[in-house]
Amino acid sequence: MIPDPDRPVLVVAGNGMVGHHFLEAAVERGLHRSHRIVVLGEERGAAYDRVHLTTALEGADPDALRLGAPEFHQVHGIDLRPGRRAEALDPAARTVTASGGDVIGYDALVLATGSAPFVPPVPGTDLAGVFVYRTLDDVEAIRAWASQCERGVVVGGGLLGLEAAGALRALGVQVTVVELADRLMAVQLDGPGGKALRRRIEGLGIEVRTGVAASAVLGTHDGRVAGLAFEEDEGISAGIVVFAAGIRPRDELARAAGLTLGDRGGVAVDDTLATSDPRVWAIGEVAAHRGGRPYGLVSPGYRQAEVVADRLAGGTATFEGADTSTKLKLLGVDVACVGDGFATTDGAEEISYADPVTGVYKKLVLSADGRRILGGMLVGDAGAYDSVLSYVRNDLPAPDRPERLILPAAGGGAVGLRPGDLPDSATICSCLNVAKGAVCEAIVAGDLADAAGVKACTRAGTGCGSCVPVLTELVNDERRKAGKEVVTRLCEHFGQSRAQLFEIVRVTGIRTFAELIDRFGTGAGCEVCKPAVASMLASLASGYILDGEQSTLQDTNDHFLANLQRDGTYSVVPRVPGGEITPAQLIALGEVARDFDLYTKITGGQRVDLFGARVDQLPAIWARLVGAGFESGHAYGKAVRTVKSCVGDTWCRYGVQDSVGMAIRLELRYRGLRSPHKLKLAVSGCARECAEAQGKDVGVIATERGWNLYVGGNGGMRPQHAVLLAEDLDDEALITAIDRFLMYYVRTADRLERTATWLTKLEGGLNHLKAVVLEDSLGICADLEADMARHVDTYQCEWQATLADPVRLARFRPFLNSDEPDLSRGYVRVRGQRQPAALEPARQ
Amino acid sequence: MSTWERVCPLDRLTPDRGAVALLGGAQVAIFRLSSGEVYALGNRDPFSGAQVLARGIVGDRGGVPKVASPVYKQSFCLRTGSCLDDPGVGVPSYPVRIEDDGWVAVAP
Repeated sequence: MIPDPDRPVLVVAGNGMVGHHFLEAAVERGLHRSHRIVVLGEERGAAYDRVHLTTALEGADPDALRLGAPEFHQVHGIDLRPGRRAEALDPAARTVTASGGDVIGYDALVLATGSAPFVPPVPGTDLAGVFVYRTLDDVEAIRAWASQCERGVVVGGGLLGLEAAGALRALGVQVTVVELADRLMAVQLDGPGGKALRRRIEGLGIEVRTGVAASAVLGTHDGRVAGLAFEEDEGISAGIVVFAAGIRPRDELARAAGLTLGDRGGVAVDDTLATSDPRVWAIGEVAAHRGGRPYGLVSPGYRQAEVVADRLAGGTATFEGADTSTKLKLLGVDVACVGDGFATTDGAEEISYADPVTGVYKKLVLSADGRRILGGMLVGDAGAYDSVLSYVRNDLPAPDRPERLILPAAGGGAVGLRPGDLPDSATICSCLNVAKGAVCEAIVAGDLADAAGVKACTRAGTGCGSCVPVLTELVNDERRKAGKEVVTRLCEHFGQSRAQLFEIVRVTGIRTFAELIDRFGTGAGCEVCKPAVASMLASLASGYILDGEQSTLQDTNDHFLANLQRDGTYSVVPRVPGGEITPAQLIALGEVARDFDLYTKITGGQRVDLFGARVDQLPAIWARLVGAGFESGHAYGKAVRTVKSCVGDTWCRYGVQDSVGMAIRLELRYRGLRSPHKLKLAVSGCARECAEAQGKDVGVIATERGWNLYVGGNGGMRPQHAVLLAEDLDDEALITAIDRFLMYYVRTADRLERTATWLTKLEGGLNHLKAVVLEDSLGICADLEADMARHVDTYQCEWQATLADPVRLARFRPFLNSDEPDLSRGYVRVRGQRQPAALEPARQ
Repeated sequence: MSTWERVCPLDRLTPDRGAVALLGGAQVAIFRLSSGEVYALGNRDPFSGAQVLARGIVGDRGGVPKVASPVYKQSFCLRTGSCLDDPGVGVPSYPVRIEDDGWVAVAP
């Protein structure tokens, strides 16, 4: 980009995580076009993910920690100057002097200089073998040095210290952690919490000493570390000493320039993150918000970065402080602190649970009247974190007997439990952590009529969406209780339920969404009715699901024939019928994964999931897979997924039927069948049930005389055992029964209703189902079989059909006006494979 | 002051489906509705951080044209970019015009 003398100059001092996040936020708001942006960074390279430094120590490629694409700065015309530290600031002249002597004039300056490790003023810290734990260079140096050490000491028992200890341990060093306070993680944990954590850490072979102050680092005659001495305790011999005892803000630039500082250091900023000089802003670990202690976490820094970017773009965003509730995993141990975990509120009461044997400690802090949860602490098992956090953040009334939130569960849930039977404290939405009580209150208070209303009021169901059917049932329960009409409308555009609409489509022969909504609905449709209707059209017409209008109805998974992941890339799952795969196919699969650098994982459905494919890569990946004989696995659709099987009587000493052969036959028959929700099947070759068929929508178990057919089983959030529909069927009778069962479910179930829920709600229950499917009590079996026969006859692999058609391939182009791939995502290497870098890491 | 950036001919856009343009390094999601309007929003979904809004399903809520993020399904108003499920959250929205030769132009 050509430097434009007229554009104002924005200087960013510091290129750490928060500094980099600021650049991303700035680009998002177009500041790189309105300003000339200059970035000064003390370290050698580009910004990286400091939160995951430990992975670099464990041998991961440091490049994998890089934040953003390598060409980020160049593409956006940002003048990044690595290895150039901001050394002096002159607010009057509005200049920054960089190391090397460049004087840069600015119109706006953002200080993101971060913090430095605190090293206590004791003798010997300059010996060879003494390190701090902050940068990639530190990590490289520690790695090189530690290889020759048997014993090491980490000074500091907080988050950073324990991370450093874990890293040294991973390098084969025998580690002692020493902490000045009387317990580990004194900022986050109370006495019993620290004790539980200590027990877990010691259980990993790490020695812990608390309440001791280092008095000197001891050295050998040739200037190398020999150990650590204490004021009132026996010393420790060690070949490496790492200081990780807290951080101090890098406020020297602001201090020398006369900007106002916070009480405990850092540059004082107001709610707009402006310093005492309105042209200078401070964010991240150097910013003392409202003059207080800087945040040592990355997420408040990210929010601060966004606020400053917004302000510079003319916005009015403010930062009013951040919740410091955190959940960490340290050396594999869960540690979490929520809200007022130390019970500092007047009159606060505590309930705690401790299991010294397993090193679990959980505590709830309640208000004096017991009506509100104020905070909590969790060590060794942070399973309750989301629940406690949601009570605290939403200021929800505490549930009855709140101790149940932290006590170990006594006994399992009843099979087939209806949501109405759950206690008010039960979490309904685990993503947004909304309890049943809150949902029911909202339904009554707002006179809500459907799940969409509950979503809008409580945000329940707006995460993964798996609880939406439960929300619907709760709405219906509450309305029934209040004597109100139960509305089963699909969404605001259709007053009919899914089953009613299915009948309309089937009977009228309407085959487009436009005609259906025109004649039977209102408006333009939405993400609920469009995919639901597309699914019905696919079940009834079995054409290519993306032709013509249908391509606009499909959810992104069906649109790109792959599974969307959290970072916006997709995963690819080829079909492996029955889980049987030839060595050549397995090698081909591995080669594709290797060549496209796809994260590879074996699924529970006996196939292989390949993650991290960009939209524009999908056709090339599938060209290779189709070439190797694979076809679409429909993992992306509300459709038949897999038929899992055990090895059966062909190899197994106990098998009584050919379960693999039957599984393959079923999978090839039902592959691609679109349904209200995903469908999973399994076939076990004997009563030992190694294929776990009773946990599936359709489960088949071999007997000496044929096959037993189970239906309505479910894993997932609310596991349910399948029920026996028919016994001792021969092959043909089995397939006829499954044909009818599946099609009856497809016709009559609600949207996103698994067979288990459908069967629980089905009027007349199992007896009714048996009558319909086995005795044809409704006289519809011929229809059901004909529908299935049409599906089987017209099946085509959606990927083969896509690859054969240039028009269909066009949608995989990354941009309308460019063919350059979208490389805006960051990745890290974990256990030798690529994973998305956290989009907003939770801690630092 | 922004200038109009020409993206593509209107008929390259599938009605009722989004697509992405790269404008000065930023990703802009462009939506052409079957009713004729064309809208442009920032492509980044603020809830997931992923660049995916163009891949959402378009439709309406109470007559307001909107797109639902494909990740966690929050809806965004196509006219303003504001989130219809979470007031206070939003994405940038950009002016769009159809030029005399039938090309779509966006002012990012």
